[in-house]
Amino acid sequence: MNIYEQQSANRRMTVLIMAVFVGFFLLLGFGFDYFYFGYRPLGGDEVRWNAAGYYEPVRSGAGLPFATIAALLIGGGMAVNGMVNGSRMVLRSTMARRVEPGGPENERRLLNVVAEMATAAGLPAPAVYVVPDADLNAFATGMSPTSSAIAVTQGLLEKLNREELQGVVAHEMSHIRNLDIRLMTLSAALTGAIALLSDFAGRSMRYGRSSGGSFGRSSSGSSRRGGGGAGALLFFALWLVLIILAPLLSRMLAMAISRQREYLADASGAELTRNPAALIAALEKIKAAVEPTAAINNGVAHMCIADPRGSLIEEKAGFAADLLATHPPMAKRILALKVMAYQGERPAAV
Amino acid sequence: MTILSIILLVLAAWLIFTFNGLVGLRNQVANAFRQIDVQLKRRHDLIPNLVESVKGEMKFERETLERVIQARAAAMSAGQGGNMGEILAKEGQLTQALGRLIALSENYPNLKSNESVKTLMEELTHTENQIGFSRQFYNDVVTKFNTKQQVFPTNMFAALLGFSPSALWELPADSPERENVKVNLSI
Repeated sequence: MNIYEQQSANRRMTVLIMAVFVGFFLLLGFGFDYFYFGYRPLGGDEVRWNAAGYYEPVRSGAGLPFATIAALLIGGGMAVNGMVNGSRMVLRSTMARRVEPGGPENERRLLNVVAEMATAAGLPAPAVYVVPDADLNAFATGMSPTSSAIAVTQGLLEKLNREELQGVVAHEMSHIRNLDIRLMTLSAALTGAIALLSDFAGRSMRYGRSSGGSFGRSSSGSSRRGGGGAGALLFFALWLVLIILAPLLSRMLAMAISRQREYLADASGAELTRNPAALIAALEKIKAAVEPTAAINNGVAHMCIADPRGSLIEEKAGFAADLLATHPPMAKRILALKVMAYQGERPAAV
Repeated sequence: MTILSIILLVLAAWLIFTFNGLVGLRNQVANAFRQIDVQLKRRHDLIPNLVESVKGEMKFERETLERVIQARAAAMSAGQGGNMGEILAKEGQLTQALGRLIALSENYPNLKSNESVKTLMEELTHTENQIGFSRQFYNDVVTKFNTKQQVFPTNMFAALLGFSPSALWELPADSPERENVKVNLSI
């Protein structure tokens, strides 16, 4: 796949994710409306004999699906907030410092390397930041290739040589070029919103009007609704399960996408530098630094080059760890790059 | 009648779409080429400073330094001439002369510890990389532009619409840049 196919694949993926999450929001919100506020979208109206002598439909529950609307608004609001303020919030939370051209030697080198990678990607050079942390890590942020930033930790700046630094910056530049950050920010914000909403729905269960919600409320005269009791109960049970599982499911979805994007950024980073060996060397060094990156919190994990929680967690290559990890195991990434380097070298050897 | 007009409409839409796509790519090619030019200019501006600051230490490498200066002058005049093949050849020679200078400068520990030389060397490495990467990007864009023109059925219309394939930035077969840098380390 070339870069344009990558980008359009990412755009499609963004739309798909949005659709899945909107589905989650709708289910959460609508279930809440249905069971708590007694909202019935179809055929919920009773027909009563009114004072003027006509049959007139009367709404029994809430007139509008308040919870559904609220869920969509919260989800949408958090997504927009992530889009608009995301990069500023991330940079502030890591206490990143903007690198200016007149700095010490290694910072000037970083600026040069970033400019080189921007040239290789054919993009304007992003802003460069340094995170005051001794661990080795880096991340990219920003909603569009023209307004993005790359941040590396102080430790990375000091421990990596020029070529390795180039490999890392190329990895981050590919995140920018492939529009990964937009996708990742969106999925992170929506995962957060799902967690919030399902927590909210789960909690109000305790304070709700009777445990069965509005089963008892279905107003006196309607025999039709009483008949669907078993079905409604099943739906309620399903909804409960969904509330409990929604945060986990949405997180698994987001993480699966994140891992896939990491492999891809490794590959297209190597395409930018045409030097997979340098990125391999850099990843080996990052892997060797096991301590967690204290300055980077978990909310930014999916944008980093390596999991900031330290490689100890990440290297547990169990099934559960695999499902919830933001990054593929370092050994697998290095192997994939080595295959690439080997294939690159073969024609020269023959 | 309706069918015919629909076919004509679809054909016209396709033609407009293709034409606009090609125009976009042609402008990208032109822009990518400008970028190489910018980097080459940068290198020309950097060289006098570099030579000036290493001259004292490397006085035994007079020949190498002179080759760099001559190659720079030749590359600059080729740039003003505007002949693509000429530019490629002269810039190739300059790259090679500079590569030799950098390799030789490794032998001078005093140079390596000198702050201003270190800065200049970093700038030079940066500029060399910039030239390499902008060339790589240019070639990628040109490849895309040419492929788009040469695939069926666009190949039947591209020339009619006034497009022609662009040249890749490649080294001439006899370019000195193709040779490995030879450094004599015997004392």
